Amino acid sequence: MTMLEINNLGISFGGLRAVDNLNMTIQKDELYGLIGPNGAGKTTAFNMLTGVYKPTDGQILLDGVDITGKSTVEINKMGIARTFQNIRLFNKMSVIDNVKAGLHNDYKYSTWTAIFRLPKYFRTERAMDERATELLKVFGLDFYRDALASNLPYGQQRKLEIARALATSPKLLLLDEPAAGMNPNETQELMDTIKLVRKNFDMTILLIEHDMKLVSGICERLTVLNFGKVLAEGETSEVLNNPEVIAAYIGD
Amino acid sequence: MSFLSYLINGVSLGSVYAIIALGYTMVYGIAKMLNFAHGDVIMVGGYVVYIAMNTYGLGAIPSIIVSMIFCTVLGVVIEGVAYKPLRGASSSLAVLITAIGMSYFLQNAAQLIFGAETKAFSSVVSIPPLHLADGKLTITGEAIVTVAACIVIMAALMLFVNKTKPGRAMLAVSEDKDTARLMGVNVNATISLTFAIGAALAAIAGALLCSSYPSLTPTTGAMPGIKAFVAAVFGGIGSIPGAMLGGILLGIIENLVKAYISTQVADAIVFGVLIGVLLVKPTGIFGKKVHEKV
Amino acid sequence: MKLTKSTKNTFVTCGMVVAAYLIMELLMNGGVLTSSHIKSLLVPICVYSMLAVSLNLTVGILGELSLGHAGFVCVGAFSGAMFTRCLSGVMPGWLCFLLAFVVGAIVAGVFGLLIGIPVLRLRGDYLAIVTLAFGEIIKNIVNVIYVGRDSSGFTIVFNSNAGVSLDSDGEWLMNGAQGVTGITKYSSFTIGVVLLLITLVVVLNFINSRTGRAVMAIRDNRIAAEATGINVTKYKLMAFTVSAVLAGMAGVLYAHNYVILKAKTFDYNFSILILVFVVLGGIGSVRGSVIAATILYILPEMLRGFSEYRMLIYAIVLIICMLFNWSPSAIEWREKVRAKLFKKPKGKAEIDSDNA
Repeated sequence: MTMLEINNLGISFGGLRAVDNLNMTIQKDELYGLIGPNGAGKTTAFNMLTGVYKPTDGQILLDGVDITGKSTVEINKMGIARTFQNIRLFNKMSVIDNVKAGLHNDYKYSTWTAIFRLPKYFRTERAMDERATELLKVFGLDFYRDALASNLPYGQQRKLEIARALATSPKLLLLDEPAAGMNPNETQELMDTIKLVRKNFDMTILLIEHDMKLVSGICERLTVLNFGKVLAEGETSEVLNNPEVIAAYIGD
Repeated sequence: MSFLSYLINGVSLGSVYAIIALGYTMVYGIAKMLNFAHGDVIMVGGYVVYIAMNTYGLGAIPSIIVSMIFCTVLGVVIEGVAYKPLRGASSSLAVLITAIGMSYFLQNAAQLIFGAETKAFSSVVSIPPLHLADGKLTITGEAIVTVAACIVIMAALMLFVNKTKPGRAMLAVSEDKDTARLMGVNVNATISLTFAIGAALAAIAGALLCSSYPSLTPTTGAMPGIKAFVAAVFGGIGSIPGAMLGGILLGIIENLVKAYISTQVADAIVFGVLIGVLLVKPTGIFGKKVHEKV
Repeated sequence: MKLTKSTKNTFVTCGMVVAAYLIMELLMNGGVLTSSHIKSLLVPICVYSMLAVSLNLTVGILGELSLGHAGFVCVGAFSGAMFTRCLSGVMPGWLCFLLAFVVGAIVAGVFGLLIGIPVLRLRGDYLAIVTLAFGEIIKNIVNVIYVGRDSSGFTIVFNSNAGVSLDSDGEWLMNGAQGVTGITKYSSFTIGVVLLLITLVVVLNFINSRTGRAVMAIRDNRIAAEATGINVTKYKLMAFTVSAVLAGMAGVLYAHNYVILKAKTFDYNFSILILVFVVLGGIGSVRGSVIAATILYILPEMLRGFSEYRMLIYAIVLIICMLFNWSPSAIEWREKVRAKLFKKPKGKAEIDSDNA
């Protein structure tokens, strides 16, 4: 079953063609990698998938539904959640509140209910607390639940960002360079976390990564971007042995 | 003819705003703070000229020079005592409130020293008015001097910022403080210099403002200060031609509204125009558009 | 049921206000406190506390610098005062006063919404200067409105009422720069405290809710908030409007504490005064806003002994407080002193959040 289908996606900034004719198909439950040298257009592709940029042409289908050109908020509600290259947490909020902010659209009550503290407020908040704690436990973050997000160690901040994304109950999770700035031990731990997420949440994951150890360790299929165009795609081991890909990385 | 004379008065008032706005826009560009005390430095400049002329009997030009020196020192001291310690504070509101405190301080110090009553300011301009079109149109000496001063100051500032080493250091600091520091720019000295220039301009503006509107009280500078900031925002903050254009437009609008619509709502209309401009161009007429990278 | 941290916090803050109220009432009824000057400060303290708390919602929780809070107080005050001025004859005084709060709140809320829509698209200092501009526009316009009433109905003119005459039984309710005169002084310390408590509960309940989390998420990282499915415009507007509604209510309380209400009271200095309370009390700290508003409002009065020097001293105290609270070197020095005084081991408490 196809989770994400990208057809001839392209975007231009002025005269610059940042992404051109991108085609990609991701199956449900797949762990898919998007790789390529710096400036290849990977994050731009993510930004189109999440509605930060409007594509100049092409089409994006999520679970068969056209999401091309929708707003970031709508796309999140339709089932895509993401993390960011440079971590973007709600820094002055507690760890649990970061996750509860992610539960925003699944657990609802009106502002009036909140101001008058009606029973529904307490009921919903309790359910949110339980769900958020569950999520934190998966990532081993429940110990820090009342800490400020900005005070967490770096590796934990990455995990919290993933937990917050999962709280929005997505169908597809986008991870933008999750291993950036991590040492080999932390990267290993992150790989385990990503595998765990896929297993526990039955999640389709698309990730951008530079760390080849992580890519070859967990991704099943890859697409390689270079100068905004698809250079290669296919099974991970095949793609990584492709001479063109190697050349693009080493930069002949 | 009366329209023309309103227009000329507007340009003259606008030139005062422009001079203040030039100082404001430079300080904002560098320190990224709303310096609420800037308007009060204008008032201090006015009082220094008043004292120099009336108590010590100095001429107009020496008085203005004394006032510029005094205000320059004051500007640097204010920056060093009140703003510098807050550089790197976790909230930009901290320095804003300190600036407000400094504004209160200057106003109340002036009130203690000079009293709350209005001082009759004698003009620093001795050029006779110009009569045109058989005396139907009169341009005051103050208007001529103000407009000329504004043009000279803007040209000098443009040259200074673009052609001299300290001027380019200012540009560098306003772009990115940390990188400028790594490139060997003395950031603290550059910021002090900017405050010094801003305060010196405020002193000139004070003398010219009080010459055109010959009354001086401890709160004289407050509203022109705010309006000059509006002018700077109008033109695109950080932009020298923007501040000049913004100031002059503001002066013209204000004077025409006062003449043809109502004195009481003139400020409302001036602010309304600012809102209109910002809604169409959120960073002012000459402002750069800033994109947030995701 | 176990009390959550936020509920406990609300109780402590409200309890503090109630305790202060009871102490003041005891002192006044026991004849210890008889100075009418101090008594006259009580309602304004409630007004300024309400304003600081409501502005903190915009500045601390939404994270946008507003310099136009006075504008919302102004529309609230004038609509409330006009309401009681017009209708106090046809219904009991208490009901009229109560309804005046509803009117003031609604009018200020509508202004908050209408101003918020364009303003909240702007960022940072641009937003600040535009809110200041709106505040000044409101002040200037209210300043030139004349409303007269006579047997043939209402007469509304702008700019000047010269040449407009009313019937012999008519009177000018709102008189341009002279403002509204002959207001009944309905406000009292008790009503002020009740309103302050309402404000506190509304703001604290707002903050500690799904809505409040959405607003704070936008403050902390707009882009991440959008990616988390939070409607940025909606929640920004909501916080801004609630802030305006509460300011409007404080305005009604303010208006009915005096006989005369003039628009020029509500200039940008009024907004700035409230902002000073918010920042000194702690950005985002509701309890701090109340404490700062109270102390800073009383401070100039306490300094009356220094007569003409008092505002100068106030300015110096303000600057010193800011430097001491916020300067990185002062913070470092304070940490050192604290470390010397209480040698406690670093632990989990270090990274715990402090949502006062």
